[in-house]
Amino acid sequence: MLILHCPYCGVDADETELAPGGEAHLKRFGPGSSDAEFEAYLFQRENPKGVHFERWRHANGCGKWFHAARCTTTNEVFGTYSAQVTEPPRDIHDKITGKRPGWLSRWLS
Amino acid sequence: MQRYSVFAVAREAMRQHTGWHRAWASRAPRKSYDVIIVGAGGHGLATAYYLGKNHGLTNVAVIEKGWLGGGNTGRNTTIIRSNYLQDPSAAIYEKARSLYETISQDLNYNVMFSPRGVMMLAQTEHEIRGYQRTAHANSLQGVQTEFISPQRVKELCPIIEIRGPRYPVLGALWQARGGTARHDAVAWGYARACSDMGMDIIQQCEVTGVRSENGQVTGVETTKGAIGCNKLGIVVAGHSGVLAEMAGFRLPIESVALQALVSEPIKPCMDVVVMANTVHGYMSQSDKGEMVIGGGADGYNNYTQRGSFLHIEETVRALVETFPIISRLKMLRQWGGIVDMTGDRSPIISPTPLGNCFINCGWGTGGFKAIPGSGWATAEMIARGTPGPLAAAFGLERFREGRFIDESVAAGVAH
Ligand SMILES: Cc1cc2nc3c(=O)[nH]c(=O)nc-3n(C[C@H](O)[C@H](O)[C@H](O)COP(=O)(O)OP(=O)(O)OC[C@H]3O[C@@H](n4cnc5c(N)ncnc54)[C@H](O)[C@@H]3O)c2cc1C
Ligand SMILES: [Zn+2]
Repeated sequence: MLILHCPYCGVDADETELAPGGEAHLKRFGPGSSDAEFEAYLFQRENPKGVHFERWRHANGCGKWFHAARCTTTNEVFGTYSAQVTEPPRDIHDKITGKRPGWLSRWLS
Repeated sequence: MQRYSVFAVAREAMRQHTGWHRAWASRAPRKSYDVIIVGAGGHGLATAYYLGKNHGLTNVAVIEKGWLGGGNTGRNTTIIRSNYLQDPSAAIYEKARSLYETISQDLNYNVMFSPRGVMMLAQTEHEIRGYQRTAHANSLQGVQTEFISPQRVKELCPIIEIRGPRYPVLGALWQARGGTARHDAVAWGYARACSDMGMDIIQQCEVTGVRSENGQVTGVETTKGAIGCNKLGIVVAGHSGVLAEMAGFRLPIESVALQALVSEPIKPCMDVVVMANTVHGYMSQSDKGEMVIGGGADGYNNYTQRGSFLHIEETVRALVETFPIISRLKMLRQWGGIVDMTGDRSPIISPTPLGNCFINCGWGTGGFKAIPGSGWATAEMIARGTPGPLAAAFGLERFREGRFIDESVAAGVAH
């Protein structure tokens, strides 16, 4: 069973306590955006085979949203972090690079 | 091709089965083809087959990273039905279902299509209304279904507890010509027919890159070297996002694991397929006597081909309520497949932003039933360069234009 550490209440929560919220750090487009931007925001997903940044909610716990970095092929969790950021923090990046040398992040240019 | 028949079986029985040929040839890739199909699941193989049969294109290769039928085609619970709500769905699923009726003769390969009837239980007021609406829609679409009473449910499937404590059976949507087929045989039958037309089926060969020039596809890179092509068909289900990335575009798709399990074999006890969408479980009995059970899909992206344990518990718990006789059955095997989910739970059969590159995906939890119709429609699109009537509504642009083909059900999973 997948276990994620909730960065808010500090509980190591089982999958049954958590609600998945899909790909993280999507850039929101609304009125005034082009059709292509709006479509990409609403529907198009990275869906990677490998490192994935995603949103979770500690639904049957403290109720807070948070972020996780997880490998979609092994379910290895690289870390969880605050919901209050728009891109993965540096330490999460470093952890992933340590475990997956050669990993290319689209967040670092 | 060596034809299979009762005479062939008798002849081989006389000579210790020494005269059977290989069902398909295993060749090394050539330098280039008119059409390359990536993915030797049912949809890829059926696309290749109808490219040859309906459009005379036989300079075709089907490239598969594992073994043919080793993806979702060999992992599903084999339910075949066409009782969908929207007109474009009814058209393609009914085309597929009707092709299944004669596919064994067409391919000279027994896919064991068994139109034993599919029953979708209504266990809430909401479901009754939903299924009555579907039955009406189906009669307008020319798809034969009917809404039946709980008593008729009990007659058709005596092992159902219709007065279940939490979710009594209030009726059902019944499609008498729905049923099951042997999943591997569907892949094998198409592969054999493709091979017979001179097409190359290349297994153990992973596509690792897509080559293009001036916005037009020119070939693929694979673990067996580069192979050129004029047209490319991507038919890789759960791996569609990975191939799309290689071809330089994104899809409205997320991949998750969907599970199934089978019990120890028991004597025949049910001769229909039953789907219970509210409690979320599906069951039929295989020819070997195993109860074949379809479970839930994971809620988060993954490529694990395993699935979360909690879904097994959910599924089995739900089915025990509706089928009390299975409460002491032992489950023998469990497995998962990576399904490609779209937002409206309808497939994508479409040209792509890359010229001469086409995609067939998004069948999610329910594409086994669609294999012949989908192959038919995808072959037509690849041969002509634009989608024909069966595929037209399933283009990628529907997400941008808001023309969804909404087939999502309460549970979000329908096999
Ligand atoms: C547990 C489960 C139960 C299901 N139950 C039903 C049901 O009852 N009824 C129903 O209608 N549908 C059901 N489905 C859905 C159905 O199985 C699928 O929609 C259908 O089989 C998809 O077929 P396909 O040919 O598109 O994909 P697949 O059969 O998955 O074939 C895709 C192929 O592409 C190959 N591939 C991927 N990447 C590459 C690459 N880079 N290079 C080369 N090859 C590659 C894969 O190895 C694979 O063999 C179920 C699915 C699952 C998992
Ligand atoms: Zn918490």
